[in-house]
Amino acid sequence: MRFPPRRRRPAALALGVTVLSLLALLAGCAGGPAGPPTLTWYINPDDGGQAEIAKRCTDAAGGAYRIATSTLPRESSDQRQELVRRLAANDSSIDIMSLDPPYIPEFAEAGFLAPLPPGVGARVTEGVVPSAIEGASWQGQLVTVPFWANTQLLWYRKSLVADMGLDLSRPVTWDQIIDAAVARGTKVAAQGRRAESLMVWTNALIRSGGGQIITNPGEANPKLVQLGLLDPPAVDAARIMRKLATSPAAVPAFSTSDEDTNSESLQNGEAAFMVNWPFVWSKVTGAAEEGTVPANVPPDYGWALFPQTRADLPSAPPYGGINLGVGHSSRYPDLAYQATECITSAQNTAYYFESNGNPSARVASYSDPAVLAKYPMAPVILQSLTMAKPRPQTPYYAEVSGGLQRTFHPPEAIVPGPTNQAAQDLILGVLRKERLL
Amino acid sequence: MTTTVEKETATSASPRHAASDKSRSEARLGWFLAGPAFAVMLLVTAYPILQAFYESLFDYRLTDPANRSFTGLTNYGVILTDSVWWDAFGVTVLITVVTVAVELVLGFALALVMVQALKALRPVLRAAILIPYAVITVVSAFAWQFAFAPDSGFVNSWFSFAGLAPDTDWFGSPGSAIFVICLAEIWKTTPFISLLLLAGLAQVPEVLQEAAKVDGATWWQRMRKVTIPNMKAAIMVALLFRTLDAFRVFDSVYVMTAGANGTEVLSFLAYRQTIARLEIGLGSAVSVLLFVSVVLICALFIKGFKVDLSQARGE
Repeated sequence: MRFPPRRRRPAALALGVTVLSLLALLAGCAGGPAGPPTLTWYINPDDGGQAEIAKRCTDAAGGAYRIATSTLPRESSDQRQELVRRLAANDSSIDIMSLDPPYIPEFAEAGFLAPLPPGVGARVTEGVVPSAIEGASWQGQLVTVPFWANTQLLWYRKSLVADMGLDLSRPVTWDQIIDAAVARGTKVAAQGRRAESLMVWTNALIRSGGGQIITNPGEANPKLVQLGLLDPPAVDAARIMRKLATSPAAVPAFSTSDEDTNSESLQNGEAAFMVNWPFVWSKVTGAAEEGTVPANVPPDYGWALFPQTRADLPSAPPYGGINLGVGHSSRYPDLAYQATECITSAQNTAYYFESNGNPSARVASYSDPAVLAKYPMAPVILQSLTMAKPRPQTPYYAEVSGGLQRTFHPPEAIVPGPTNQAAQDLILGVLRKERLL
Repeated sequence: MTTTVEKETATSASPRHAASDKSRSEARLGWFLAGPAFAVMLLVTAYPILQAFYESLFDYRLTDPANRSFTGLTNYGVILTDSVWWDAFGVTVLITVVTVAVELVLGFALALVMVQALKALRPVLRAAILIPYAVITVVSAFAWQFAFAPDSGFVNSWFSFAGLAPDTDWFGSPGSAIFVICLAEIWKTTPFISLLLLAGLAQVPEVLQEAAKVDGATWWQRMRKVTIPNMKAAIMVALLFRTLDAFRVFDSVYVMTAGANGTEVLSFLAYRQTIARLEIGLGSAVSVLLFVSVVLICALFIKGFKVDLSQARGE
């Protein structure tokens, strides 16, 4: 018996599709498009500013190179994980990468960053705020290019703090704002979620009190790292965190509140104070333009320097932002560094600040009229950046941050002293590979 | 007499010989058909397991391959003497027991509804019940997280009549956080159990049910004496699959709490050591211990239920 010929059609069709797919794959492997070398820039998610700068620098390169962007995950810890896995596998597609500063020592120590060509260091640090240079360096050497520098301010609602008796044109302490909020029956929004934001807050409190989490920064051997978590500034930081978390001034769901939920708290008037990054300004003005918050809310926003831990010491606000690294397996490291100079130019960083709300690492950007018109708090941001201190610089930052988050969370369970001891023991145990995290 | 026996032996030997040939050729065909799949499976499962075991014997950090050193079973010692492991083990067992128990009862009820529903309604009902299972776990976890979040969620306001405060922080304490995680898991995977149990229900011979009815057995007696004993294999398969799945819970915990507030589970612990800390050696040891736990669960189920799975296929 013969099967009707039509029964064979699906098989023939499948075979045809397979052959065509293979041919297409082979064609794809044959080689890239002709033209200038393409530099891939791994960017953190933003409002399209980095893609626009990539386009501008491609145009400015005059055919020397082309920059393509590839977006990393949203969380900085996830960005690190993706980049580390690729770099450990010698991925040559990573030419330029947007790096969160705390992870730079780890990348530098692992040899994942291509060395800066002579002369580049001097050019890319000219007119750059000191905290950004410190954050872009490891063991005193510049290993990445400062791009934009972030810092946290104390944001407040003018109408809610008006009769509190606080002079917010002068530095205030955490104790003052917590006590004032409790007396007025309002809230102080800070990041209590077990995430990197908790580490940012804790580090800023300790640095503002004159202490440090790692007392011998720059030590590459994890077994020789020394911690200052039992020192008085760290114990005082724990006291402030507990005081806020257990007071009526804590926002609801304090132990799960992050930057976004806190910005909502200030926006809707639930909180009178908040420590947060400058993105909250773009967020509230954008919401007002869209009509999702009343138009009188943005003018009610006030800003000041990050609160002090001690009345006799200026605060050390958090430092964040993004620096640019060049992958060690990049086929075009010189071109990539050339591109980073273009990306971090005064003009492009001012554009990025103005359009995306990410503050520039260059001092000159803060006198740009377009920036000042859109970000009236720019001078305070610049002042904060000059006072800012980075998080502990160590190749084992993930362990230090993770250990601190585990022991200092939830903030309402912190017991100043014993919690510090627990954090110190856990982090040292983890660094010695004797404990799980 | 002797002649007859010899004759019988001679006649019976021949078909047995033929059957043996047939079964041998069937076995050959079986290997021929299943062999490539078996080889691929070995490659994608056995190889990584062996590799993980090998890596677990080293002190090895991804960013520091030059200092990789053999440490024997040290990593296992570190893990098993750390309270973090045992806390995560406890939470994992709690989530597994609660979700599997509730899912079994709910899944069975849904399977009964599907069996007894009108023929015309069955496809619609089956599709409706299966929808949660079609949702990607991460998406389902986000949906449940948003529902219970004090700022964006609706649960607090819906249940305000029951005295729930509008700012109740479900993810702020271990009990309530684990409750929401369990709820999300139960919603998502009950359809899976009900589908497996539905297949088991279909295998219960109708004649036995009829006979029991004729003997005057009540619905509950028929359930206990006829239905459940006859679908023991299906129940075991459903429980085994779901237990293994629940024991490896990750997505919901990752999305909802990231292991905070006493919700750390074993998969998350393995993830944290391997992916976040980049400690390949220590993380591999956690993964190997997780694998051993899963194998032990399998063994316990198969021994405990005393079911030959080949019988479940009607062989």
